[in-house]
Amino acid sequence: MAVSETVAAARPADTPTQPPPGKKRRGRNAAYWLYLLPGAVLFVLVIGAPLVGTVYLSLTKWSGIGDPTWVGLDNYQQLLHDEVFWASFRNTVAMIVAMVVVPTLLGLLLASVLFDIIGRRFRPRTAAALRAAFYLPQVLPVVVAGIVWGWILRPDGAFNSLLDSVGLGALRHDWLGDPGTALPAVMAVMIWVQIGYPVVVFMAALQRVDPELYEAAEVDGANWLHRFRAITLPQIRPETFVVALTCTIAALKVFGPIFALTRGGPENATNVPSYFAYYTFFKKLQVGYGSAISTVLTLIIVVVAVLFIGMQYRSERRDRGI
Amino acid sequence: MAVTLTPVDRAPATSRATPVRDRHHRGAGRWLVLALVTLGALVMLVPFAFMLLNAFKSPSDYSNGGPLSWPTEFYTTGLRTYWTTVNFPLKLWNSTLIAGSVAVLGVAVSLLNAYALGIGRVRGRLWIVGLFLLANMLPQEALIYPLYYVAKQVGLYNTQLSVIIIFTVIQSAFGTYLLASVMGTFPRSLLEAAALDGAGKWTILWRVVFPNLRPTLAVLLIFFFIWTWNEFLIPLVMLIDNQTQTIPVALASLQGDRLMDAPTTNAGALISLVPAILFFLIFQRTLARGITAGAEK
Repeated sequence: MAVSETVAAARPADTPTQPPPGKKRRGRNAAYWLYLLPGAVLFVLVIGAPLVGTVYLSLTKWSGIGDPTWVGLDNYQQLLHDEVFWASFRNTVAMIVAMVVVPTLLGLLLASVLFDIIGRRFRPRTAAALRAAFYLPQVLPVVVAGIVWGWILRPDGAFNSLLDSVGLGALRHDWLGDPGTALPAVMAVMIWVQIGYPVVVFMAALQRVDPELYEAAEVDGANWLHRFRAITLPQIRPETFVVALTCTIAALKVFGPIFALTRGGPENATNVPSYFAYYTFFKKLQVGYGSAISTVLTLIIVVVAVLFIGMQYRSERRDRGI
Repeated sequence: MAVTLTPVDRAPATSRATPVRDRHHRGAGRWLVLALVTLGALVMLVPFAFMLLNAFKSPSDYSNGGPLSWPTEFYTTGLRTYWTTVNFPLKLWNSTLIAGSVAVLGVAVSLLNAYALGIGRVRGRLWIVGLFLLANMLPQEALIYPLYYVAKQVGLYNTQLSVIIIFTVIQSAFGTYLLASVMGTFPRSLLEAAALDGAGKWTILWRVVFPNLRPTLAVLLIFFFIWTWNEFLIPLVMLIDNQTQTIPVALASLQGDRLMDAPTTNAGALISLVPAILFFLIFQRTLARGITAGAEK
């Protein structure tokens, strides 16, 4: 694994970035490797080796019993022609809309309104109470949220009763059972789950913006929209990057809510790669194929993360005029 | 959910009343905005209201009145059924044991890793930190089968210890990334003064670095606890019986069971989220102080 190689290669050298103040520095820095040792061993055992194992298994056919049979890239070729695999990735795009795009945009709007209008024109406590209401779903184990929503959206659940009671009984529907509405319903639940995170992060970010910026803008007659575009958005761009990145990774990995709400059904209408991999591993006992799905998902996540971090790095450099 | 956190020592921004009144929001406008946002907040709370309303209904009450009716009696048998069926105190203990151990061990491993990376500035540290950051982003599906297989071979399958070890490493990957960047800005003069006084690395870590980082470590501890508490896939795969399961896994494995009529489902969900809401209330201050995203340079 890479860590241990780096450890071995780096031991005799000193730090290149900071010129060592004296020869003593060399030996002193090397001793710090000892502190990395427990973490590195655990890392290799629990993350490195299993990851390599999954990549290896993706090149085999295996039911989990006996010895895996080497099949080369067969699993990947099969994936290319697997309609369920493509459906699961199309649904991932829907998850990104529901867990990244909508919450980030709504979160920017809500955080700005809560901070700039409600926090300043009313009492800050009002803003804090409203923020807590939006954040509450983030506190729950996501499976618990999934189970409650699963019941609400059942044919005889609370949502249909609510429609009845306001005279919209004609809209009664098996929201999670109909392939046409299952995905939008899951997306709505995910927006509900996710929205509090950007609101809280963006509101915290706004606290570090100099209030005089807002006051000066107001003196100049800038309305809320002007202030939002000229001050709020540029000032909290670092946080927007972090929220977009962490939410995108979470959307690519989403498992618990799908498990609790639909188990990927009906007819794979809400299947996502991580549930598809879980199902292939533990229900169909096709370990090689499941590993191939996981490997592809891992690659996509790594590429997305590297792209995001690269973008952030470039935009920071641009800001500093380098 | 990963959050980048740095303790914020500044006082929250002043919300002093501005002398200049924005004419766009002086009158009815601001009330309209308040009404809209409040409406949004109420919509967020509706599912909780549904759950509370139905957790205390008897099955016959539910089948007569439906999900929206007011309960005719304060019925707690559903709660008690769920409590005893899943042996809830044991699940509570399992969740607490796992999340608590992971929080403490994860912070300890993060601290040691970050000491070498952020203060020791060992060679190649940027790559190592990057590796930890990526590891935190990996889908758990990419690790689960080998972990499951090996756990079965070595007899750790269906033990809380397996889940504790796995999450200690997964959480400390994030903790290492965070603490390494915090320690990167640790005042060198403090370290050098301690070294001049003859303190070794181990002493400096516990006498100088640890006390200074305590607020950040506390936030990290709470996050690790809550994240681990809410984890699902790995406990679902690793913990298969009543003796070892955690609260979310216990609730999910009863889903669709004959025993779980609508009021019992709601009662189970209600019991399961009470601890989470308690943590939220207890730790709210620490967390509000602690969550500011990626602003550290």
